Amino acid sequence: MGSGGDIPEIPARPDERERPRVGVDEWVANVEDRREERAGIAGLAGRIDDLVPPWARLAAFGLVAASLPLWMERGDLFAYGIFTLIYVLLGLGLNVVVGYAGLLDLGYVAFFGFGAYFYALLSSEQYGIHWPSAVSFPVVVVSTALLGLVLGIPSRRLLGDYLAIVTLFFGQAFVVFVNAANPTVRGKGLTGGPNGIADIDPNDLFGYELTTRRQQYWFILGAVLLVLIGLHFLSESRTGRAWRALREDPLAAEAMSIPVNRLKLMAFAFGAAIAGLTGCMFAAVLTAVTSGNFALPILITIYAAVILGGIGSLTGVVIGAIVINVSFQFLAPENPQDNARILFYAVIVLLLLLGIRPLWRLAAVLGGTIAFGLMAHAIAEAISPSWTAGAVVEGGRFGDVVADWVIIPADNERFANAAYIALVVAILALTKIHGWWRTGLLVPTVYLATIVWETSFVAQPAVARWILFGALLVFLMTKRPQGLLGTPRVEIV
Amino acid sequence: MAEKEALFELRAVTKSFGGLVVADKLSFHVDEGEIVSLIGPNGAGKTTVFNLVTGLYRPDSGEIRFESRDIVGLPPHRITQLGIARTFQTLRLFLNMTVKENVMAAAYGHTRSTVFEAIFRLPRARREEREIAQLAEEKLAFFGQRLAGYRHDQQAYNLSYANRRRLEIARAMATNPRLLLLDEPAAGMNPAETHELTELIGRLRTEGGYTVLVIEHDMHVVEGISDRVIALDHGIKIAEGSFEQVATNERVIEAYLGLRGAA
Repeated sequence: MGSGGDIPEIPARPDERERPRVGVDEWVANVEDRREERAGIAGLAGRIDDLVPPWARLAAFGLVAASLPLWMERGDLFAYGIFTLIYVLLGLGLNVVVGYAGLLDLGYVAFFGFGAYFYALLSSEQYGIHWPSAVSFPVVVVSTALLGLVLGIPSRRLLGDYLAIVTLFFGQAFVVFVNAANPTVRGKGLTGGPNGIADIDPNDLFGYELTTRRQQYWFILGAVLLVLIGLHFLSESRTGRAWRALREDPLAAEAMSIPVNRLKLMAFAFGAAIAGLTGCMFAAVLTAVTSGNFALPILITIYAAVILGGIGSLTGVVIGAIVINVSFQFLAPENPQDNARILFYAVIVLLLLLGIRPLWRLAAVLGGTIAFGLMAHAIAEAISPSWTAGAVVEGGRFGDVVADWVIIPADNERFANAAYIALVVAILALTKIHGWWRTGLLVPTVYLATIVWETSFVAQPAVARWILFGALLVFLMTKRPQGLLGTPRVEIV
Repeated sequence: MAEKEALFELRAVTKSFGGLVVADKLSFHVDEGEIVSLIGPNGAGKTTVFNLVTGLYRPDSGEIRFESRDIVGLPPHRITQLGIARTFQTLRLFLNMTVKENVMAAAYGHTRSTVFEAIFRLPRARREEREIAQLAEEKLAFFGQRLAGYRHDQQAYNLSYANRRRLEIARAMATNPRLLLLDEPAAGMNPAETHELTELIGRLRTEGGYTVLVIEHDMHVVEGISDRVIALDHGIKIAEGSFEQVATNERVIEAYLGLRGAA
């Protein structure tokens, strides 16, 4: 038999300065790295993610986040601070199930709802029970984990789409149960039906009640930091590796001594536990829970946060949640419409910025669009002043500038509909043509989009924010499917 | 049985899919410290044997014995924990994990720390984590420069085909098996790499202390490594013995070249 000594000598890694030779497998192996370097802003974010050690990132995030209440208004702290943290926590829990274990769980929000309702039952006038948080938190978290386990049992043999369908059903069933079933317990509707449960006690820190927004914010921030640390350690443990292994290839994982079914259940239970914990704090902050809080929109929002940030990356989830919630609150109906307008134009410019190469072509499109708008506006005004007599909706200073550029006729409605149809046609045409024709058509298309925005959407920010958001997500996913900080996943090589 | 039982033994194992019999009363054994090759034309049922042994399929009848106990019906991860590890002919690495993580993941079966211990970094979790990392480095070092140093932190999909085969072996070794099942380890390798692999399999026994059952098509490899060769065709054992005996066996030649059927 051969002995150990005579394995042929393999050259060590070529020096960095040495020009790699084509065909050397080292060169091939680094293709991904070089591709990464060219990936612009997002690529830069990815490199920062690699370079800055996790504890430094955590410390930076913790410090900045902890200082927020010192300069933010109370209302803003609620909308921007607390809600972002809630989304971060939910995203972190979902990341365990979807990001690590690769289980497409669409019933995740039900665990959040269960936690919130359960906390409400244990700490409100509903049944006159007022447990301290030190007792109710563990009870709720463990029960939610058990619920996750129970849901996991039938789900563990379901793969991919089938699991998604079953869990989606579970999520909807929870909403219906809370809303409509509302079983009578001790002479009272258990879940309060459509009215939900009100007058929920605040969380308390060993008897000290957290009633102000600042206290609540810091309390939740503490929970976020602890969960982040715990998850970081967990993902670098045998369990974390086993989850990722089963995401990659369940059969190979099973053959490598990993009990796949048990780990799936653990992922479900663990994700559910975090959602339950979040529910406790959510219920206490809102002081009331209704089924509407736990329906599909929030599920979509959390998924968007996790996907945007990069599935499987803790930093990514945090950033995704911040981006999503801040842009959502920014566009909230009670905010001035000019916010939505600024965001819309920012998104347009950003999309062009990311989507058009090389730079001179980008400059041509941007300049062309501005010139095209001024020209179109001047021509329309020359033909009939009434064509440009319409006012921008709730124009701020930015709106006034826009009014001199976009055609907004006095008789708005028919024109708006026509512009909408023209925009759809133009976008469809864009997908069919290439080269200079596409660049040329892009100019009137962008202009049409602004007309449609100013005449139809700007008055309805509730609709507009979803549309903006969808457009941004679709674009990001085609340009960078792994999300902002996710590592590019390779399925087959 | 008077004499000492073999480390690993198939007794009249039968498996069929619908009407197709893929293993027909198959019996053979592997002794401790042996290197045994399983050969046969495509579709002979070699990989099926591996799937039966590792619990991915359940035999219709017969016994599969390892360390004097019947392992039929045990789930695959239990069988691996008992000490039988395999590689995959089709390469089933955890592509989006690093090379080192691939190996570390396979240590799951012989580590014990819980989720709770991991989150709070309790002593046992920390100690096991160190041990796993060391184990992974040890197993990867078995392949010399091939999977050394800077490769540890590369994603597995960056590896060349031959290196993926090596990583599969390293991963299987990390489960601390007594019996290694290698499914066509030389497939896709060039002659120099094949030669290197032949020596490597020898070292698996001498240095690693593993007993090896290997499926291989490359007859140079089979000749170079095997203590014994078992030839299969249509799920039936058609020959067993030393390489020379099997290579000159009429039924084996027939199975490969199809003399009788070539009219």
